[in-house]
Amino acid sequence: MPEILDRARARVLADGVGLDEASLLEVLRLPDDDLPELLQLAHEVRMTWCGPDVEVEGIVSLKTGGCPEDCHFCSQSGLFTSPVRAVWLDIPALVEAARQTAATGATEFCIVAAVRGPDQRLMDQMREGVKAIREAVDIQVAASLGMLTRQQVDDLVEMGVHRYNHNLETCRSYFPNVVTTHTWAERFSTLEMVRDSGMEVCCGGILGLGETVEQRAEFAAQLASLRPDEVPLNFLNPRPGTPLGDRPVVAGKDALRAIATFRLAMPRTILRYAGGREITLGDLGTRDGLLGGINAVIVGNYLTTLGRPATADLDLLAELKMPVKALSATL
Amino acid sequence: MTVIVYCDRCGEPAAEGDHTACVAARTLEPPRYCPDCRRRMKVQVVPTGWTATCVQHGVRRS
Repeated sequence: MPEILDRARARVLADGVGLDEASLLEVLRLPDDDLPELLQLAHEVRMTWCGPDVEVEGIVSLKTGGCPEDCHFCSQSGLFTSPVRAVWLDIPALVEAARQTAATGATEFCIVAAVRGPDQRLMDQMREGVKAIREAVDIQVAASLGMLTRQQVDDLVEMGVHRYNHNLETCRSYFPNVVTTHTWAERFSTLEMVRDSGMEVCCGGILGLGETVEQRAEFAAQLASLRPDEVPLNFLNPRPGTPLGDRPVVAGKDALRAIATFRLAMPRTILRYAGGREITLGDLGTRDGLLGGINAVIVGNYLTTLGRPATADLDLLAELKMPVKALSATL
Repeated sequence: MTVIVYCDRCGEPAAEGDHTACVAARTLEPPRYCPDCRRRMKVQVVPTGWTATCVQHGVRRS
């Protein structure tokens, strides 16, 4: 066994303490021949510190497109020539989406808006929508509305939003190559306010934006320092019309190595498969990731692209004998 | 019989050029352009499906 995996076994598996940045880089540099052993260790870490349950979530876009920010991977920016048009979801359709998500067995429903931060109209829509969902559907409501003020954080808590997603997207040193209309520090500031409010912190990012292996290790270490309750891992799905529209997708083995590495950085967090896994990993790779550190999935479609049918993921979880986390376990 | 005039992914004439990549991509994407008039459609994706609305030709559903 590579020496770094011996050290990881002692520190992460035995003690539940994540690896530091230098050690994470060593893991990311392991050759393909060591990948099965790495995935096995990451799986043992996940089973030891998180258990066999898998948290299932659905996401929906409340406000699509027309965003003033320039996140170079995003088809919803109004600054690029993307074919995505601005559209709002009405409240009955939002509740129906939550109902259909709950019917899959999911315990989480995340409402997302393509904005820099919410204005009063969006906050009013959220208030009405969260109330309607909580009255009609047995599911936890999360939100992802960009950068928040302290008052907006407090308002979301009061509405009953239990988890807030705000991705750092990539490491601090690479962020200016991906976004120029706001800073990594501004995003971090919102995350600190969310943490202080008592809401659960959901923060992850996208791999394959052009970052180096060193910057992947930096990102994993920076996320770990935030102690997020959940980390959604996306893999770039290059979107037509965006500045990153011609980038290659992440190689499957690199994606699996990254999944295991992020698990070794954060042994106790919810590590979720998010967008891009279908094109990066395919069916076989999806299975490998669930046996290599992943313990949560987004089922069904994403915000502007489509995913595997929920039944495909649920069947796979049943085959792997990984129970879907019950709602009672999240309350 | 329905005649597809425009590719609903890239908006270019369906009978011109190679749309093999568009067809492959469409398995994991909703349509973006109206196949009748190539207008960009308003598309709403939800966890279990999508709707795409053309101002001239109405709503299409998954």
